[in-house]
Order: sequence, then C-alpha cells, then structure tokens
Amino acid sequence: MSTLEIKDLHVSIETEQGTKEILKGVSLTIRTGETHAIMGPNGSGKSTLASTIAGHPRYNVTSGSITLDGEDVLEMSVDERARAGVFLAMQYPVEVPGVSMTNFLRTAKTAIDGEAPKLRTWTKDVKAAMEQLRIDADFAQRNVNEGFSGGEKKRVEILQLELFKPKFAILDETDSGLDVDALKVVSEGVNRAHAEGKMGTLLITHYTRILRYIKPDFVHVFVDGQVVEEGGPELADRLEEEGYDRYAKGAGAAAAPAVAQA
Amino acid sequence: MTEITTEKARIGAPSAQPFIDGFTEEGESLSPINAAGSKAPLAGAAAKSHSHGGGVGVPDSSRAGRLTSYSLADFKPLTGMEEDWRFTPLKRLRGLHSEVLSGTAPTVVVTGPEEITVESVGRDDRRIGTAGIPEDRVSANAWENFAGATVVTIPSEFEALTEVSVDIEGTSLDPAAQHLVIVAEKFSKAVVVLNHRGSAIVSENVEIIVEDGASLTVITLQEWNDDAVHASSQQAKIGRDAKLKHVMVSLGGDLVRVTPSARFTAPGGEAEMFGLYFADAGQHLEQRLFVDHAVANCKSNVLYKGALQGRNAHAVWVGDVLIRKEAEGTDTYEANRNLLLTDGARADSVPNLEIETGLIEGAGHASATGRMDDEHLFYLMARGIPEDVARRLVVRGFLNEIIQQIKVPSIEERLTEAVEHELALTDN
Repeated sequence: MSTLEIKDLHVSIETEQGTKEILKGVSLTIRTGETHAIMGPNGSGKSTLASTIAGHPRYNVTSGSITLDGEDVLEMSVDERARAGVFLAMQYPVEVPGVSMTNFLRTAKTAIDGEAPKLRTWTKDVKAAMEQLRIDADFAQRNVNEGFSGGEKKRVEILQLELFKPKFAILDETDSGLDVDALKVVSEGVNRAHAEGKMGTLLITHYTRILRYIKPDFVHVFVDGQVVEEGGPELADRLEEEGYDRYAKGAGAAAAPAVAQA
Repeated sequence: MTEITTEKARIGAPSAQPFIDGFTEEGESLSPINAAGSKAPLAGAAAKSHSHGGGVGVPDSSRAGRLTSYSLADFKPLTGMEEDWRFTPLKRLRGLHSEVLSGTAPTVVVTGPEEITVESVGRDDRRIGTAGIPEDRVSANAWENFAGATVVTIPSEFEALTEVSVDIEGTSLDPAAQHLVIVAEKFSKAVVVLNHRGSAIVSENVEIIVEDGASLTVITLQEWNDDAVHASSQQAKIGRDAKLKHVMVSLGGDLVRVTPSARFTAPGGEAEMFGLYFADAGQHLEQRLFVDHAVANCKSNVLYKGALQGRNAHAVWVGDVLIRKEAEGTDTYEANRNLLLTDGARADSVPNLEIETGLIEGAGHASATGRMDDEHLFYLMARGIPEDVARRLVVRGFLNEIIQQIKVPSIEERLTEAVEHELALTDN
C-alpha cells in the first residue's frame, strides 16, 4: 500500500510576460488501488500538475509538497521519481530519433528495476503486451515514437505503463485525439494494469468519454489552478450533462462554495 | 489617378532586343554555359581539358563557375579569403597547399572477392582523369605530384556479396599525394570501404566511376591518429540508371577536409550521400559536397550529421546542389544537422541550392545546429533512465541514422563502438 500525497502545491512558470502562477494551492491524496479523475477546462492547470509530479524542469514549485510514502518527491531528479514508481503517460510523447523501441524499453526497465530483465521472459512479456494493445510487432524495431500516429503514440505510452509496473500512473490526457476503438484498447490496458491491485491512477482528462471505460473512484474538478469541486463518479455524470460552464460563471469559487479537502 | 497600361507595366527591354548580359526577361541570371548546351566539365570529350570557370556571364557565386583544372599552376596560391577555403585554417594544412607533395604516400592494401581487379598503375593510365578534375589547389597539388595510382575494378554484372576493403595506412608525416580510382562496371554491385588510418599529411584524389546500371556504395572512414592532416577530393561520375551511395565518416585526425561530389552524366541516376562526423577539442572536420544535376530525371539525397564537443572543436559543412537548365525532372534534398554537446565548439553549415529550371520533381534543403533537446532528455529520464545514459542514448540515436545506412554489420559495430568511445570522453 502506497500513498502519493500532494499538499497545498503552488507552481509557476516563466513566460515572456514574467512569472505566472498556474497551480494555486492543490491538495490531493492518492492511494494504491484508487483511480482519481482530474477534470477541467483548457488552461486550468491539469497538465501542469502531471508534469510537476514527473519533474519537468519548466515548472517551478514555489510552495507546497509532494511525497511518496513520506519521501520528498520534489527533492528527486526526474529519473529518480520514475525509479521510485511514478509514471507519466505523456500528452505529447516526443520522438527520439535513432533509438529503437526495443533498446529504449530494455534500458528503461533495467533502470527502473535496478537489474536487467531476463531476456527470454522480457521478450515474451513485451510481445504479449504489444499484442494486447494491438501494436504491430514491427514497432519494436522502429525508433521511439518516430513516425507513429497520435493514437499509436498513446498506445505505446500504455505499453510502457504495463511493462514498467509503476506504483502511481499519471495519465495526461491520454484519451485526447483517440477514436473510440483506440480509446477502448488504451482503457483496457489501463484497467489491466490497475487490476493487479498494486497501482494508483491519476487520470487527467478534458472529456468524460474515457470515464465510461475507466471507472474513477474520485472526481476532482480543476478550475484556474485550484480544485473547485470534488466527489464520486456521479460528479463526472453531472459534468457530462452540464459541462464546465457553471464553474466559469462567478469566477469559479462562488459557484462551488463547498471545496472538500481530500 | 494614373492609368497603368500593359506597356508601362512591362519592366526591362522588350523581347525583340538582346537582354542585359546574364539576365533574361524574368530577370534571372541563367548561365550561358548551360544555354549553349554544354554540360559539366566531365561530360563528353571535355574530359582532359581544363576550364577557368564557367565562362562569360557565369557568376562567380554559381557552383557552375568554379575553376577546374589538372594543372596546379592554374590555381592561385591560397590566402584563406577564397570562398571554398574561408573556414579552413591554412596553417594547419601542413603544406598540402604550398609544398611539393613528395612524401611517402600511405600504403594501400585491397582485400575482397577474387573477381575484383586491383592494379597499381602509372600516371598515364587511361582511366585516370575519367571521373575527376581538381576543383581546388590542394587537389590539384596532389594531381601534379602523385607517383602512381591504385585502380579497383568491379567487373561488369558482378555482384559482390562481401565488401571490398581498401586499407590506407599512413606511416609518414611528410606531405604526400595519393590517387585512387574505383570503377564499377556496367550492372555490377559492390560495397567499397576506404579505411584511412595511421598518421599522414596527405592530399588524396579519389575518382569513382559508376557505369550504366551499376550500384556502388563507397564508404570512406577517416579514423586517423590525432596528428593526421587529410584532404580528400572524391569525385563520382554516375551513368545511366546507375546508383551511388556515398557514406563519409570522419572521427580522427587534426584536420580532415573531405570534398565529395556526384555528377550525373545520363538520365535515371541516383545519388545518396551520407556523412557522420564527431569533432573533439581542437579538431577541424570539414566537408564540402557537390551534387551536379546536369541531366534530366536524376535523384539525389544528402544527409550529414555531426556531433561536436570541447574547446575549438570545429565542423564545417557546405552542400552545393546545382540543378542545371537541362536537368528537368530532378528530385533532390539535402540536410545537415549538428549537435553541440559542450560550450566552445563551433559548427558552420551552409546549404546551397541553385535551380536553373522550374520543371523539377522537388528540391529542398535544410540545416539545423543546436544543443540537445531537453524534451528528449525529459522523456527518457521520466522512464527512469539516468541523465548520463539518456544523453548518450540521444547522441547515439542522432548519429545512428547515418550508421544504419552502412549496412555492413562489422563496420556498423566498429563505428558504434567508436562513437561510444567519443561519448565516454564527454563525461570526463
């Protein structure tokens, strides 16, 4: 049982217009076996939260904390966070020219586990995981994300999720740009990883569509860098009907008077 | 309000009048050498002649106007101000441009399938001068001074299953001249590897003849010792439906300047030119290439990639592509990418594309020089890969694109190791 705890997190970025605060005090606790959905309109800071947890250098934490089972995540480098069990499925996975998927997956698995995976079982595991995600076998020989379509890139992110077996998976708009078939395949992958019972999931999404396939235990609504409303799966249903408009009216806070602390 | 008539709108001389020299009605500067129907200096009977440039009306800035000659005396002594020498530290040429190149030339040992012919010939051999004509003083100096040449011939219709290795081993630091001729006869297929090793101060001319329907890969590896100085002019003549793949790799040496060129002499030809260089502190690695689309319906693709690290590591890449007026249906692309791994390194990159006809399939060029992409590093590190390993992966991947083109496993392995060795230096 692990706990990822985010407390009163304030995050800013440097822009040409100066420092801009994006997260204005976010608190969130995720435990193994739980699925949390973070929903919100564009620009509300959802992806910033994801990138900050993973340690992207663009985001400066000005105050607050992130801990994993009591360990200070903010003190860790990007690779240390990954080895500690944090996995970020990226919204826009980058292409890494000249590095084959096979080489990349093996290098990463070796780094995360601290030892090289046994070649025979590893090859078998990779092959099986690729089949389940309907990724062509020849992708293994191709360079990381190079020439992959948007949907293929997302599937490869989930492939890594299944192979690396993190303690906490953060899915940054994994559903955006996917057609229904791809969405199902990707969701099944997440559910498989989740079903092993050793992972907590933070699902960041703009749309409620993916929540038909991945059932959240908790839903948090983000507006303007803050959680304005929290609840169970029923909150997602309400968002599907009403959208985010009611939060925008009255600058968010007024429309959501009761901000429950997790 | 002024009424604009068609007469007034017309700028320039009416078409019945002769144009200003060098200009057409459209205002373009098309070279008369092409209009007159003559092609590259090497096409046809002009092979043994020399030229003092493209002739009247060809601008100096055009690659078509470059002086070519077999005689050293035709080239003025270098000052370093010349367009094609402006990046080269002449002092470090160690006399290749100014002295008589009478030193002992590196030894040449050729191994390969027994069907391949290897000959040592004198200066008067008929094949010498069939594909190359010096385009600069250092090349002409070698032409003036070489004692004998090695001619490697792949017989017609022979398809070599293993590569032909030409081991060129430098043993002396007296300025020397070297001459090689590679002939791929009709419909032959082969891979020829030039391994440059040891210590030498040498100017080298390599003539590459790819006859009709032949497919030739030439891989030139510069893995010299740190004290070597090497200038290599590698000129290829490509026949009808023939294909040349030229791969240049420069890793070692103090100053290495490779000037490969591909000239199409008949339609249907194809040239792929790849390059990889890794410049360390103080090293000068220069590559200037030329693709001469002198006939219709030929294809060329150029990609050079370099990594630089350390103080005063200097790489130069100049890519000239000329699409002459008669080269309709040409399809060409050239690109250069440089990765600067540390402060203090410098990469000069100049892609030049001259197009004298609009009736082409495509023509493009690109150049980019920069530091390692932080997003690449973030992606790999977010998967648990430590920073130093991630950096190495990215550089290796960057250069791998060229190594993958070689397709000779033993050489690919060796170069991968050589790149690893260079990268190990970065960490220190």
